[in-house]
Amino acid sequence: MFSDFDFDVIQRSLPYLFKEGMTFTLELTVCAMIGGIILGTLLAMMRLSKYRVLSAPAGMYVNLTRAVPLLLVIFWCYFLMPYVCGYVLHRLYLVSPSAVGDTLVDLFGYQVKDGQPVQIGAFASTLVTFTLFQAAYYCEIMRSGILSVSRGQEGASYALGLNYWQSMFYVILPQAFRNMLPVLLTQTIILFQDTSLVYVLSITDFLGAASKVAQRDGRLVEMYLFAALVYFAICLVLSYGVRRLQRRIAIVR
Amino acid sequence: MNYNWNWHIFWEASPDGSGTYLDVLLNGLQWTLATSLSAAVLAFFLGSIVGVMRTTPSRALRAFGTAYVELFRNIPLLVQMFLWYFVLPELLPTAMGNWVKAMAPPWASFFPAVACLAFFTSARVAEQVRAGIESLSSGQRLAGLATGLTLTQTYRYVLLPVVYRIITPTLTSELMNVIKNSSVALTISLVELTSATRSMQEFSFQVFEAFTAATLIYVFINIVVVIVMRILEKKTTIPGFFSGKAEEPSTE
Repeated sequence: MFSDFDFDVIQRSLPYLFKEGMTFTLELTVCAMIGGIILGTLLAMMRLSKYRVLSAPAGMYVNLTRAVPLLLVIFWCYFLMPYVCGYVLHRLYLVSPSAVGDTLVDLFGYQVKDGQPVQIGAFASTLVTFTLFQAAYYCEIMRSGILSVSRGQEGASYALGLNYWQSMFYVILPQAFRNMLPVLLTQTIILFQDTSLVYVLSITDFLGAASKVAQRDGRLVEMYLFAALVYFAICLVLSYGVRRLQRRIAIVR
Repeated sequence: MNYNWNWHIFWEASPDGSGTYLDVLLNGLQWTLATSLSAAVLAFFLGSIVGVMRTTPSRALRAFGTAYVELFRNIPLLVQMFLWYFVLPELLPTAMGNWVKAMAPPWASFFPAVACLAFFTSARVAEQVRAGIESLSSGQRLAGLATGLTLTQTYRYVLLPVVYRIITPTLTSELMNVIKNSSVALTISLVELTSATRSMQEFSFQVFEAFTAATLIYVFINIVVVIVMRILEKKTTIPGFFSGKAEEPSTE
């Protein structure tokens, strides 16, 4: 069944697959991970706040995001972002037409038009999608991370005269990150796998590149098997790394 | 924002002649439920078998279980979907491959989607079953064997009945996951809910009404699943035994 297997098509497209495709996938993964962890940590702090005005919206955001499929969120952002950006830019423009207008033309060559939708690049659109979506998952991880630090630590830092932000940044969060590092990394592996879904916007990520070559050359079997193999190898190595890290961290406690 | 809202669009006829746009979405919902529920049932049984394998004394079975879980966990769902849909028919013997490719439209994407979701989810169920079995004290297994039960009987009558009660919360989130993951089947042209939403958006140009409706439907399914599983959890609790609250990873 592998007799008419064409390994050459893989070799020919290697530069395209990795230089264009994998670069996009990795950039998206790393940026969305950083953005997602920052936003997720803020959301976790909000969810644990004693003020309902903070905890209720954060809880709603997290539960809503976790209830819908990522594909739907990708489509939502893809169609909604141009409108939102157009609206926001127009509002800013109305505040200070000369300053904002000139800056936008200088930076992006963008002329503000009466709240018209703005063209947004594929990378920016997907980056926002994945950051917003993953933030909800990172939030739940960070929330249990913060809760895993004993309450005495919080009391002790207040007793030393630190305020909320100081106690969070110098005492609680460093320990929360350390405790949750393996889980955060596991979530990042899931994020890495999920970035393949940008395929639906015809973006050239690793799978997108493989699929374009596959359809151009009529070599679906070879290209998809190769893509699966590459993803498998990367994720397997990463997850073994995480497991080793987990064991090393576990000894400390 | 420069956008014309039109919430009446759901009651207008869709151009594909199958009724209103609402009917299009509900039809998609049916396929979402059909796909994900059949995949969930298969995944439950497959996952239980593989999870049990990973805890048996046999080295070969354990190795097989580990390989199985690693294989299905480390390949993105979308790639697995393509493997089932595009690659598998080519690798089968020619006659069988042709038969698969010649299936009528909804079934040609329905069966690969169900198979893909079932195997993908079964790896995760297997991990939960294994973790559940390992969380029981080893005395349970030993006591079962000491009373003269075979290994199979020990699993069937002693270990698993308790394990399923422990892992009900994580199985609940897994059931939610399989419903959400079924949206990936739109890439192999199964017209499930997300895909139906997309086609409604393309025909009617009412992007945000369509997506809002889909979001609400998914949230509604989520709520129903959580309620049903909570009732199930209550019904199956053994009075005086643990309350089934073992390390619940936030599934509210």
